[in-house]
Amino acid sequence: MVMKNDLPDDHNWLLRVRGLTKIYGEPCSSTVQLTGPQFNSNICPETEAIVACAEIDFDLYPGEVLGIVGESGSGKSTVVQQLYFDLESSGGEVFFSHFDEGKTNLLEVSNQKKRYIRNHLMGMVYQNPRDGLNFSFSSGGNIAEKLIMAGNFHVGSIRERASTLLERTEVPVARMDNAPKTFSGGMQQRVQISKAIANNPPILFMDEVTTGLDVSVQAKVLDLIRHLQHDLGISMIVVSHDLAVIRMLTDRTMVLKNGRIVESGLTDQILQDPQHAYTQLLVSSLL
Amino acid sequence: MQPVLKVRNVHKDFHMHILNDKTIPALEDVNFEVGLGEIIGLTGKSGSGKSSLMKCIHRTYLANSGSMEYLSSNYGTIDLVSASEHMIIRIRREEMTYCSQFLSVIPRVSAVEVVAEALENRGVDLEIAKEKAAKLIERLGLPEELWDAYPSTFSGGEQQRINVARAIISNPRFLLIDEPTASLDQKTKDVVIDLILELREKGTSVILITHDKHTLDRLADREIHLAGGKIQEPSLA
Repeated sequence: MVMKNDLPDDHNWLLRVRGLTKIYGEPCSSTVQLTGPQFNSNICPETEAIVACAEIDFDLYPGEVLGIVGESGSGKSTVVQQLYFDLESSGGEVFFSHFDEGKTNLLEVSNQKKRYIRNHLMGMVYQNPRDGLNFSFSSGGNIAEKLIMAGNFHVGSIRERASTLLERTEVPVARMDNAPKTFSGGMQQRVQISKAIANNPPILFMDEVTTGLDVSVQAKVLDLIRHLQHDLGISMIVVSHDLAVIRMLTDRTMVLKNGRIVESGLTDQILQDPQHAYTQLLVSSLL
Repeated sequence: MQPVLKVRNVHKDFHMHILNDKTIPALEDVNFEVGLGEIIGLTGKSGSGKSSLMKCIHRTYLANSGSMEYLSSNYGTIDLVSASEHMIIRIRREEMTYCSQFLSVIPRVSAVEVVAEALENRGVDLEIAKEKAAKLIERLGLPEELWDAYPSTFSGGEQQRINVARAIISNPRFLLIDEPTASLDQKTKDVVIDLILELREKGTSVILITHDKHTLDRLADREIHLAGGKIQEPSLA
């Protein structure tokens, strides 16, 4: 009997990542081999180069939410920052089905094309709203910026879209002309989310989006993200050190330590039947 | 009866690195089949491996060895032990639901929406899904004033009704249901039993864990008894 343990060909991946690597400093030929969880270090003993992440392989499918967990310095943010082109990679391949039918390694395209991909096809929500928003613009202006970058120049339609997005993310539309610096932390995050989804991207990256928010505001932001994912069917990569956030939002999870994936699996499996010693330690520390 | 699930030589143990590499055995050489539209009652003492077996089928636990051939209506025969995570996500979204003993939901989502979401995930319009969800929780006896409330604030019995409703609303092809009647009154227990029987009429195969004799007698076509992680012969059960 023939068993099909993988999805048929018509269920294609959205994002395919192979061997993604980021190294700071001058590596030698053994830097990657001499670092990682088995050495409990990401610093090369020969050259002191820092391996922020290496050998990162995964596929993301349409509509799926992938979580990345790990302690500070494990490389989780480095992974998404490279995928959003905030950081230049040291090596690896990234394929995206919405660009050139997934045939071209995004890490090797021109900066102009990277800008196109970022502005039209991706969204990012940062931990610190100052990284994602221009605090000297109004909240509507911040959303307009993303729309204009994707080639929308009609003022009336930009305002209409901005107001729809703010309403969708529960920011009072009356505050559209106020600068985000006058907003609370939770509201700033919601403006960032509005901006990130302005052009209906097929993929959204979220880097510790609820860290630092108080618990009730955190619940509201998580609820908003869940609804957006549900309503828009958008694929997401969610970086968090908080396992409760990962449990609530994600289908699958990768656990990072010293810049490497130590374990990946379905989120409920990672949380209830962790295989790797580090994941067992992480899960057993969950309150 | 056509088998929908064939479990063969399944072993499961927990290797605890953080407890000095201790190994805790959970399941040993488990073999059984579930037919289309069959209800299997899984019985045994606490700690005998019932929930572990159910979680292995759902892939919440990873079996160490063996196979679980599941006949999917959309994807053909799949080994749930070795299938890709993407495949398992599809199977869970489209065909197989798991109702655990404990409710785990997002804060700030109403009872009706929690239940409707399970149907909406399968492409049903939200308003229609909400209508069906309301009818179902009404049948399960959840007071109307709680429909818009958040289930995280509910009592054990109320949460259990939400859990059951969420697992059955989409008419799954395969239902894994762990102690669905444990904290319910007799009347609600019978409603849950009727709902599961109605699902079976539509072709759903069910694995049920219960300590309640009444629930077992009314629902199970066949009983599988576990002791120490092994299936006991019927004569010993």
